[in-house]
Amino acid sequence: MTTTSSPVLSVRDLRVATIGSRPSEILKGISFDINPGEVVCLVGESGSGKSVTSLVTMDLLPEQELRATGGEVLLNGEDILRATPARTKALRGAEMAMIFQEPMTALNPVLRIGLQMEEVYMAHRDMSARDRRAAVLEAFASVQLPDPPRIYDSYPHQLSGGQRQRVMIAMALALKPRLLIADEPTTALDVTTQKQILTLIRQLQDENGTSVLFITHDMGVVVDIADRVCVMRKGEMMESGPVRELLAAPKTDYTKDLLAAIPSLTPPEPVESEDADIVLSVSGFSKEFRLGSALSRIMGRADHAVRAVDDVSFRLRRGRTLGIVGESGSGKSTVARCVMRLEEPSAGAMLLDGQDISHIQGAELMRARQRLQMVFQDPNRSLNPRIPILESLCEGPLNYGRDRAEIRERAVEIMETVGLDPEGLSRYPHQFSGGQRQRIAIARALLMDPEVIVADEAVSALDVSVQAQVLDLLDRIRRERNLSMLFITHDLRVAAQICDDVMVMQKGKVVEMGPASEVLSNPRHAYTAALIDAAPGRSWDFEAGRPVTEVQPA
Amino acid sequence: MTLSAASVLAPRQRRGLPFRRPHWLTTLAVLVLVIIIITGILAPLLAPFEPTELNSMMRLKPSDTTHWMGTDSYGRDMFSRVLYGARISLLVGFGTAIGCLAVGMPLGLISGWFPWADGVLMRIMDGLMAIPGILLAIAVVALTKAGLVTVIIAIMLPEIPQVVRLVRSRVIAIRSEAYVEAARLLGTSSTRIIWRHLLPSTFGPMIVQGTYIYAAAILTEAALSFLGVGIGTETPTWGNIMAEGRLYFAINPWLVFWPAIVLSLCILSINILGDALRDSLDPKMKSRR
Repeated sequence: MTTTSSPVLSVRDLRVATIGSRPSEILKGISFDINPGEVVCLVGESGSGKSVTSLVTMDLLPEQELRATGGEVLLNGEDILRATPARTKALRGAEMAMIFQEPMTALNPVLRIGLQMEEVYMAHRDMSARDRRAAVLEAFASVQLPDPPRIYDSYPHQLSGGQRQRVMIAMALALKPRLLIADEPTTALDVTTQKQILTLIRQLQDENGTSVLFITHDMGVVVDIADRVCVMRKGEMMESGPVRELLAAPKTDYTKDLLAAIPSLTPPEPVESEDADIVLSVSGFSKEFRLGSALSRIMGRADHAVRAVDDVSFRLRRGRTLGIVGESGSGKSTVARCVMRLEEPSAGAMLLDGQDISHIQGAELMRARQRLQMVFQDPNRSLNPRIPILESLCEGPLNYGRDRAEIRERAVEIMETVGLDPEGLSRYPHQFSGGQRQRIAIARALLMDPEVIVADEAVSALDVSVQAQVLDLLDRIRRERNLSMLFITHDLRVAAQICDDVMVMQKGKVVEMGPASEVLSNPRHAYTAALIDAAPGRSWDFEAGRPVTEVQPA
Repeated sequence: MTLSAASVLAPRQRRGLPFRRPHWLTTLAVLVLVIIIITGILAPLLAPFEPTELNSMMRLKPSDTTHWMGTDSYGRDMFSRVLYGARISLLVGFGTAIGCLAVGMPLGLISGWFPWADGVLMRIMDGLMAIPGILLAIAVVALTKAGLVTVIIAIMLPEIPQVVRLVRSRVIAIRSEAYVEAARLLGTSSTRIIWRHLLPSTFGPMIVQGTYIYAAAILTEAALSFLGVGIGTETPTWGNIMAEGRLYFAINPWLVFWPAIVLSLCILSINILGDALRDSLDPKMKSRR
């Protein structure tokens, strides 16, 4: 790290506002510098303006909607805000480059990867076709893509998410820019892939001396990659400083709260209640998705079956929380959806209080459903936007023939239980924030008086501070009502905080199951160990505000 | 996490009116339509002559102060005939649009929600769509006696598949939404899910589709009448007025022009209104978060 030379990027009192009859300020005068060879993290919750900052820097603001109203963005001393569009276009790629959250949408799905990569050279460099191809293969090798010639001839959908992100990084770094802007580049990836990509960015940055502006919402990622951190909130810069100093001694209350909200990877002491009766017992459960049309069956072609879940068994005791953790494609959500009978299980038994619910239909299924309720991942989509909250809450109990006036009374009560003002019952979903909507979704499930709540990534779409509150709420409700909970998550930190027992899934199979404290601190399976190892920010103890000196004693 | 440019913009859009202030063209189109509808309804009061009153002294006269649009080959007052013609055209358009929605929406909802019904229903719709609309309509009218109801049914048939497909695609998009799955888990029956969660979300596109059918039906009716297979000449419609005028086009082209101008204005207005409705009801124009 060199801090003696002038900064690569210098943002001075930058202001951005919306365009319209009532303009509102999105960025309220933020300033920061990035020195050569430095990784600066912009961290903040949704709506903090961190992505807008990156778009201004790239001169990619949506023209119809946002406008820079003041300040300057100096790239190597040149003001981007006052440069001509032709000039910023030349700068993009050559001097600064960007990688995005979702590499699939940033790549053209109908062009081979190699050709898309060559376009970068075509636009900026005068090279022969042969040189271009050689340069592309070399670039692919430098981001550690296996078998570059094969990647060159592949289409985007033939690569994995991590490979696509590597291609994006190769493209961004193709012309050796001085500044790389990475906007949540690992958010859509699994933790193990995330770790590889972070290591790669760090490594390439060390080799080439590129400066990196890294945007993230995840403090764990910050720990792993940043030299300096800037904490943003609602368009303002709360504080900035070297990563260790800022994490160890945050100056503002906001940063303190943000750090305090990060769940610890170490589970709390287990509560023993092994004697409680078994509410839900799943045994030998499998789910196959058959791909193949009626036509291909007539033509005698064999069906192509995908085994999403393979021979899964578990028991859920009353008053306990069982976490199902795993990466995307592990089949954890399929288990949840089959338990809820949103999908039909292919084999196996699911006993709810002794009754097999795996194939029941009609009135029987309806009776069983009352005792099982689900909280979905995205609270924006789990409530009908056209229906007032009260109607959404009443829907279930009304189906079971309860009296309307009585449900209304209970709805008011439940709203208070989940920490919302009952006044809100007459409002519509869009009038609430994401966290509030998730509380409403929980209230809706509770109104059914279920015995088991299945939470499918119920806090994954929420900001970390809101996530902590919703987790607390779920845990409190579980204790107060002696509910059992099946908690599906990809986030080990969340699992560590809320689960009594943990079941780790990989490619449809259970690889390890046991009490959370045991599985997470002393994993027996290599995959579990890899998952824990990949959890971002593992080297930092957020509670104590210092680096973790040694790995948990086995 | 969504791209925050989008999340940042949401609050601004939310504050806006549910409907933007209409474009002047939309206002004009509505005005034209209202005038045509009112004059059509009040035709018996407004028309200076009986539309079928013959007057051999006044054949093929040009416009003047008594006969504003002149007279036709039987000496009938063109203005009165066009006024009365509006009644049939508007009635056929309205009847067809309502009829198409009434038949097409339930079929679309069933097709989209119940996979077992989908295959059969959609193949029938594909079959209907394979036959040219006007031919199908002619065939229907030819098989039955031409009258207002048969003409409406004849025009409806080829339009129904469009409605079914539109509703079905909407249902398929929404049926996997978390709130529909949540409703299933709350024990809500299929009929209730369709009624409460699926039906309301099809209203927007259906209103827009309705206006297009309305316009298309008026045109098809005119075409059927022009071809002589529509409503009989004893009842004036824009189509059969034009059909009769065609014979004297060389002597007095206004016999065709007058009904054609009113017809075009009417269709244009309905289509402009439909576009305006689509823009204001389009989910992309409005924040749903």
